[in-house]
Amino acid sequence: MAKSPGRIKKKPYLKALLFGITSAGLYWVVFTHEAFVKNHWGKGGIYAVLPIATAFLFSFIHGSFTNHFYSVLGIEAKKK
Amino acid sequence: MTKKKLIYAALLAAIVFVAIASPALATGEQVKAIKGVRFIDLKLWYAVFLFIVGFIGGLVSGFIGSGGAFVLTPGMMSLGVPGAVAVASNMCHKFPKALVGAIKRHKYGQVDLKLGLMLGISASVGVEIGVKIMQYVQQMWGDAGSNLYVSFAFVVVLITVGGYVFYDAWRITKRGGLDIVPKLAMRLQKINIPPMVNLKTANVRISAWFTIPLGIATGMLAATIAVGGFIGVPGMIYLIGASSLVASATELVIAFVMGLTGSIEWALVGMIDIRLTLLILAGSLFGIHLGAIGTTYVKEHMIKVVMGTIMLIVALSRGFAIPKYTNQLGLTSIADSSVKLMSNISFGIMVFALSLGAIIILSSMIKAMRKKPSEIREEVMDFEGAADETA
Repeated sequence: MAKSPGRIKKKPYLKALLFGITSAGLYWVVFTHEAFVKNHWGKGGIYAVLPIATAFLFSFIHGSFTNHFYSVLGIEAKKK
Repeated sequence: MTKKKLIYAALLAAIVFVAIASPALATGEQVKAIKGVRFIDLKLWYAVFLFIVGFIGGLVSGFIGSGGAFVLTPGMMSLGVPGAVAVASNMCHKFPKALVGAIKRHKYGQVDLKLGLMLGISASVGVEIGVKIMQYVQQMWGDAGSNLYVSFAFVVVLITVGGYVFYDAWRITKRGGLDIVPKLAMRLQKINIPPMVNLKTANVRISAWFTIPLGIATGMLAATIAVGGFIGVPGMIYLIGASSLVASATELVIAFVMGLTGSIEWALVGMIDIRLTLLILAGSLFGIHLGAIGTTYVKEHMIKVVMGTIMLIVALSRGFAIPKYTNQLGLTSIADSSVKLMSNISFGIMVFALSLGAIIILSSMIKAMRKKPSEIREEVMDFEGAADETA
């Protein structure tokens, strides 16, 4: 889809795989330690940093994975 | 260039500090009201539900700049999540989603960062005003009065603004997709009241005195019905004169600013259930990329079609929720079974609104992707013909 004349763009298989595994790993960690997460992430006060930082971390890791996922599938923005 | 970036960073930091410094307003009140379990036990189908609704909400947000919250919050509450936790967990998924979407659409050259930050700052002020009004309504008429006020605001704003957006989209479709700068925006751009702001990506020069009230209105609506984008995006199009593409992309910056400040407030009082947030985020980050990619394929007026359609259907859904509150206030005496049925219909219509928006986006995207170059050339020639006729 996003081909330029005479040059085929490489699909980011490795990046998709790495970010995908990391993302899945992070989800696995959160849900296998559910009770701990529930207690500490909802404490409020200084612990407020935990949910905010977690949201940023997941947006980067999982966001990068989903981005590369669509590139691997060939679904990319239309070149103007 | 570096100076500019520093100014943007300083502005963003200022908003965050202002929002944190202000007492947690409604947040604190709602926390006090929670009795019993704050964080529910998760079941597998809850996770599947949140992932799917997150995906659809993300898809719509990536495309029109907002959406999803009006289904996610009541959806979580129907799973047994307390209202404040549902609002907080939804808010905490909103800012990372908006961040990812804004970065993506910035790469496509659609985001006006200056406009987004200006509106984001004034929207933060608007949220505080909106919360004060909500508190006043609640003190005067209790929970039922507050809910009736929210539903009334929903119906009035969504029918008025959504109706106009839909009408405009219909007119553009009749013109073959040709969009023109609204007359009101052109008039406002000619009024020279300092400070004038140059908005490069939006290709607009306008007085800051017109952007500030729009931001405040967006924030007030966000505090009332939780979807500020329903006034922010049409406001950027019809008052400021930004294109639908720029307005919907810039709304993501506003959503990020408001979402981050709101999430910090909720996190300080421990109301965010991060498990719910992460499950919604898992789906919505898949959706937001797809929605953003979709904007590069479809005709620009499709943003107005989707937005107008969703707004009108959601207005209808809130209409069905009104009898419940008028009953509670003693204004009507409709049978409980009928009220319950109407509440269920209301939620069903909201789910339908979001799903229909997603279907329109996906179908128009697939159609555009399948188009052959010769068809695109023909369309461009028709479009140019229509533009000449309009000129």
